[in-house]
Amino acid sequence: MLELKGIYKTFNAGTVNEKRAIDGLDLTLENGDFVTVIGGNGAGKSTMLNLIAGVYPVDAGLIRLNGFNLTGMPEHKRARFLGRVFQDPMMGTAATMGIEENLALAYRRGKRRGLSYGITNDERKIYREKLATLGLGLEDRMTSKVGLLSGGQRQALTLLMATLQKPDLLLLDEHTAALDPKTADKVLQITEEIVARDNLTTLMVTHNMKHAIQYGNRLIMMDAGRVVVDIRGEEKKNLTVRDLLEKFNIENDRMLLSE
Amino acid sequence: MDFFSNLLAALPGAVAQGLIWGLMAIGVFITFKVLDLADLTVDGTMATGGAVCIVLMTSGVNVWVALLCAFLAGMLAGLVTGVLHTFMGIPAILAGILTQLALFSINLRIMGKKANMAINPDNYDLLVSLRNVKKMTLENPIFVAAVFTIVLIAVLYWFFGTSLGCSIRATGANPNMSRAQGINVDFNKVLGLMISNGIVALSSALYCQYQGFADVNAGRGAIVIGLAAVIIGEVLFSRIFRNFALKLLSVALGAVIYYIVIQFVLTLGLDTNDLKLITAAVVAIFLAIPYWKSKYFKGAGKAIAKAGAQAKGGEDNA
Repeated sequence: MLELKGIYKTFNAGTVNEKRAIDGLDLTLENGDFVTVIGGNGAGKSTMLNLIAGVYPVDAGLIRLNGFNLTGMPEHKRARFLGRVFQDPMMGTAATMGIEENLALAYRRGKRRGLSYGITNDERKIYREKLATLGLGLEDRMTSKVGLLSGGQRQALTLLMATLQKPDLLLLDEHTAALDPKTADKVLQITEEIVARDNLTTLMVTHNMKHAIQYGNRLIMMDAGRVVVDIRGEEKKNLTVRDLLEKFNIENDRMLLSE
Repeated sequence: MDFFSNLLAALPGAVAQGLIWGLMAIGVFITFKVLDLADLTVDGTMATGGAVCIVLMTSGVNVWVALLCAFLAGMLAGLVTGVLHTFMGIPAILAGILTQLALFSINLRIMGKKANMAINPDNYDLLVSLRNVKKMTLENPIFVAAVFTIVLIAVLYWFFGTSLGCSIRATGANPNMSRAQGINVDFNKVLGLMISNGIVALSSALYCQYQGFADVNAGRGAIVIGLAAVIIGEVLFSRIFRNFALKLLSVALGAVIYYIVIQFVLTLGLDTNDLKLITAAVVAIFLAIPYWKSKYFKGAGKAIAKAGAQAKGGEDNA
């Protein structure tokens, strides 16, 4: 269970560029929730994910995951509990290292990294099987450098890396936004399969309202650093883009265009 | 004919010197290429290692113990730079400059406030010495330095294949991804700087034995020579040497080639006082080659273009 209580975050405090990104955010996720997050630019979606991941500290508030207090924990220690995929396909993988080496790094998330082998043959078998489930042919290119892969392949690989050690919470920060529509659909399909298979608690930020409605069991909309809409259960299942537009008077061009 | 016989006579010395500096260049490779940090501490550590080694040996310490102490002293210098960079948030390049500056005073202290200290090969059991450079025995410094190079490459190849070593490579390749995968990026940077400077100090200790003296100014411009070796090795061998161990070897070969080139221009009659100028020019040209190739010859090998981009990226980050 993820609990966010009374979170505040202001950037550039005390300057003309002061920006209150998160303003008293409260949110609770049950285990197994697959929550899609929508909202306009500057609504605080990515900031919320970065605060959970520990990229920067909160000004005030409490972050708790399955009873562990993450609030003051450094980013690399929180990684034990979290799987993350970023918007930028370059960000989630090491381009100059091989596919299997990247997976081996992810396989050791939350474990001690000592002087044992960085990758073993037994692991290679596991990686090969896991890569095969992506259906991208990466299982035959295990030693290729990740820098040679396309954006979609890299995002699929990052997704696999994020879930190789089952995370308590999966954070997807517009992970298909930089991909072409066809590739985006493929990556989303893989996302859904993995989330369903491992019953992962997931927060997925998206700018695409159709995707927000189509995926997950719960939808939240953020505005000015707070959750303003929270739809779940039956209501979520029957939701249409038109409903969302009418109900909540959305003015964001990008969300309208992506219908 | 005079020119060639002179060059030939000087060649063994250049190779020995190149191999010893090649160890140092491997240290530079670890920070500059693996960790993507420009570490200027080495200009200080390249004097520290020798100072520690010669002082200890002249006071009767065994040569291997002296080498180990030099290595540890180098690691300590790397630790200081690492702490300045990570804990105190000082940009890596500046942290290195600060440590390097401080090391000048420390090196003088180590040598009892003397600017240089001699060690007589007749009275001490040195591992490498200039006077053996043309002997066809196992004492030949070329042979000894080659063994050191091979052992060092083997150890580093093993280390960077371990879980810890892989996480250090990941730290240099993509710090964001590393943190997301639970890697303590700051710790790895400090560790990498320590290993790198330890190796540089080891090279320094061997070089001072080779020359027969330690000098407080021995490290001046060392980083440039180290970079020269790294870049020369990469430009010449990156197409054939892909494996990590072979990349390290290409760095060592780069240092040897560098010293042969220097010997060549010296034999041509250039003034030794102009050496630093020549070095800077050689490094500038070799740094520019991959950049030019990628810019003006689009099809000219991805590996080289990438190497150039990386070298450039390293500087930008610094």
